[in-house]
Amino acid sequence: MENHGREAMARASISFACYTSPMPTYYRPTMSVLGPSMLPTLSITGDVVLVERLSHRLGKLGSGDLVRVRSPLDPNKTLTKRVVAMEGDKVPKGHVWIQGDNLYVSRDSRHFGPLPYGLIEGKVFMGVSNAKSIVSGFVHRMS
Amino acid sequence: MFFLIELYAFLKLVNPSWFHFSLTFVFIGNVEMGTPSVLWNIAKKCFTVGVITLTVSDLFASIVQVRGTSMCPTFNPKTNSLLDSLSEDRVLVEKLCLRNYKLAHGDVVVFSSPNNHKEKHVKRIVGLPGDWVRTIYDVVHVPEGHCWVEGDNSASSLDSRSFGPVPLGLVKGRITHILWPPHRVGSVDRKSPQNRVCAS
Repeated sequence: MENHGREAMARASISFACYTSPMPTYYRPTMSVLGPSMLPTLSITGDVVLVERLSHRLGKLGSGDLVRVRSPLDPNKTLTKRVVAMEGDKVPKGHVWIQGDNLYVSRDSRHFGPLPYGLIEGKVFMGVSNAKSIVSGFVHRMS
Repeated sequence: MFFLIELYAFLKLVNPSWFHFSLTFVFIGNVEMGTPSVLWNIAKKCFTVGVITLTVSDLFASIVQVRGTSMCPTFNPKTNSLLDSLSEDRVLVEKLCLRNYKLAHGDVVVFSSPNNHKEKHVKRIVGLPGDWVRTIYDVVHVPEGHCWVEGDNSASSLDSRSFGPVPLGLVKGRITHILWPPHRVGSVDRKSPQNRVCAS
């Protein structure tokens, strides 16, 4: 009936708006990654990674996690790096120390210092490599 | 029912003020309870309203309560020791400025504290990336991607003079208008301090 049609349209348009909105802080699960700073974990020419955006709000982030962060040098860019150390002796309160896996070409906390926790946007939990196979458990915790 | 409880927990974690606002609307419109189909309708409406308010408050504007006296006289000018909840200023925070982080000198912004991501502070932008800001003892260079914020009431304000420049990624919105109390409703103007900043 007419009411159902309208409801369906409303639902579709809401989910479309949520998915394509430019500030998807809670609910956009996929992102593409570029650059050599995370070799060999993530490839140069763009892997698609699945990012979940709830753990960092609940405090369930630890060292060894791959995270998506907003760059402190340019707020319009996001970086994908690994959390190497949480707050403690060497890292001030409210900050984390992030590093890329490819230390030679990665610009990370060794350049701009500890990163405020508020800049973390999500945790990467799965990656899809550009090769034809889908690799799950691609991202493993390093202790 | 479990779905409602999960939704409640999620919305409360994420955005408590808007959650209460949206839920009261939904429950006022659904007085009769009882049969499962009515409960399901309520659940659907709750979810839709929740998603809509979350999207609106993230992308466009939200209303925030300002606590403390670090922005006297712009916000909370009356410094009574019992600043109860009703007398604190409510302001409109717009989020459209976050698309390209186009902020200007003198904008009042809401940002997450660099030392504790759960706290949010309200201060005025004094320096933008590349500027040189004069503090009491020396001249500070604001690095790329950061801003220098200070409260209007320098005597009782914890700002960049204590925790340094704030990354622009921590800015969550810009305050444009005061919405409460009624006799001070109006727009919040940009005010640049004189002779303290050498813009690049």
